[in-house]
Amino acid sequence: MTARGPALGRAPARLLVPAGIAAVFLALPLVALLARVPWADFVDQLTEPAILDALRLSLVTSLAALAVVTVIGVPLAWVLARVDFPGRSLVRALVIVPLVLPPVVAGVALLSAFGRRGLVGAPLYDAFGITLPFTTAAVVVAHTFVSLPFFVLSVEGALRATNREYDVVAATLGASRWTTFRRVSLPLAGPGLLAGLVLGWARALGEFGATITFAGNYPGTTRTMPNAIYVALQTDQDAALVLSVILMLVSVAVLGLLRERWFDQAVRGPVRA
Amino acid sequence: MRNRTVALLLSLVVALTLAGCGGSDASGAGSGGSSDKETGTLNVLAAASLTETFTSLAKDFEADHPGVTVKLAFDSSATLAEQVTQGAPADVLATADEATMQTVVDAGGTEGDPQLFATNHLQMVVPKDNPANIRQFSDLEKPGVKYVVCVDSAPCGKLAAKVLAATGIKAKPASEEVDVKAVLSKVELGEADAGLVYATDAVAGDDLVKPIDIPTSNENLNSYPIAALADAKKPGLAKEWVDLVTGAQGQQALADAGFGKP
Repeated sequence: MTARGPALGRAPARLLVPAGIAAVFLALPLVALLARVPWADFVDQLTEPAILDALRLSLVTSLAALAVVTVIGVPLAWVLARVDFPGRSLVRALVIVPLVLPPVVAGVALLSAFGRRGLVGAPLYDAFGITLPFTTAAVVVAHTFVSLPFFVLSVEGALRATNREYDVVAATLGASRWTTFRRVSLPLAGPGLLAGLVLGWARALGEFGATITFAGNYPGTTRTMPNAIYVALQTDQDAALVLSVILMLVSVAVLGLLRERWFDQAVRGPVRA
Repeated sequence: MRNRTVALLLSLVVALTLAGCGGSDASGAGSGGSSDKETGTLNVLAAASLTETFTSLAKDFEADHPGVTVKLAFDSSATLAEQVTQGAPADVLATADEATMQTVVDAGGTEGDPQLFATNHLQMVVPKDNPANIRQFSDLEKPGVKYVVCVDSAPCGKLAAKVLAATGIKAKPASEEVDVKAVLSKVELGEADAGLVYATDAVAGDDLVKPIDIPTSNENLNSYPIAALADAKKPGLAKEWVDLVTGAQGQQALADAGFGKP
């Protein structure tokens, strides 16, 4: 992977050219966005209470979703990777479906399940008077729904890629399956876990369609950054641009931080005693 | 592992592409020709509240103009106006208020002055079974009532803000939806106890919702302008469409849908 130099010969142009096109294609819209931002308004917007509200809400809900995703996603990934059971391929297919579902459809599906008249939501409302839509909890639910598949697929892939014999060795040394999971499988799958966390978090942070459909759009409770950007886009292009850049910078900052702090560490020394 | 990452990133791209919010993929075929015998596609952008009326008028228009396809895109007026000023290929624009149309006029996007062709006012709708037992507009103030309105950047939201202020309702909505159809669907689904929609949407959704009148007043009235666009690929057809909407046939269809006279 890190081999370089003359031993392998020059990198072929037929790979370099499309690679360059891909890189430019990805970078160009971002550069164009940055070029159009009215930087004079930037600081004003950044201290706007409504924007800070949306930013805070986005961070809180996406991180809360990430916590839920980790707690239920790691076990699901482990079961899919390590346990043989009938219907496993069906469960894996179900995990993938939300990936290909247009987010608005995901929102409608969530309403059908957890709305006040939904499959689960109606009994919940009748028994306890609890309703999810229009609450911050609903935003977390929407975020969880869309980011869980990214996370589970990533972690399952990592678990499958790690050698199962380590598990066997741990078992012969007397480790219970829980201990093996905790001390062997999980650390070995560390990079995949982090990749899953990053993908899942990014997906949640940018989530718009399912959120606005299922949770609604109200300042302070359900208006996340993407919702605020959409609303701003309707009246004030400049504000929308500034908001987009703020969201972009926050994502890049967090990803950079992750890379510095944990990612390299996890990649370099995944197995701890 | 790396293959999987690549696959994941691909899926991400697909998901995000699909996530792209609605909008017109309108494309004008051919270029503008003579005004009398144009064929091809006429692209009409219209406020969401015009969905039913314009859809049925489009069928009539196509029947009268063999070889012409009317392509309709419905969205929030603000979104459509933005698309027009950004150069989206379209021939006609109809918005739900004059202020939004004015942004296009100011940008030089219209051909001639916009014409007013209808009015609309807000009405409250509640789900058929009326879970919060709402009888009149002021019931929005009852504790625990969840009502939804349009976001205040949309014409229906501006109108709602004016009406709420004029009637002294202090209770805050549970959500500000992006357009009037989203408000209606929240009520139809029973998620919201009440919603403020146009009178015409109350008519359109009358299987699932029950209308409750809001006192009509000067605060509670929107005028709808329509205009052919300066960049129209089919200027002749665009003018004919405007004539249809402002003419007897269009006015009848609008009246049937619950719109008021301009």
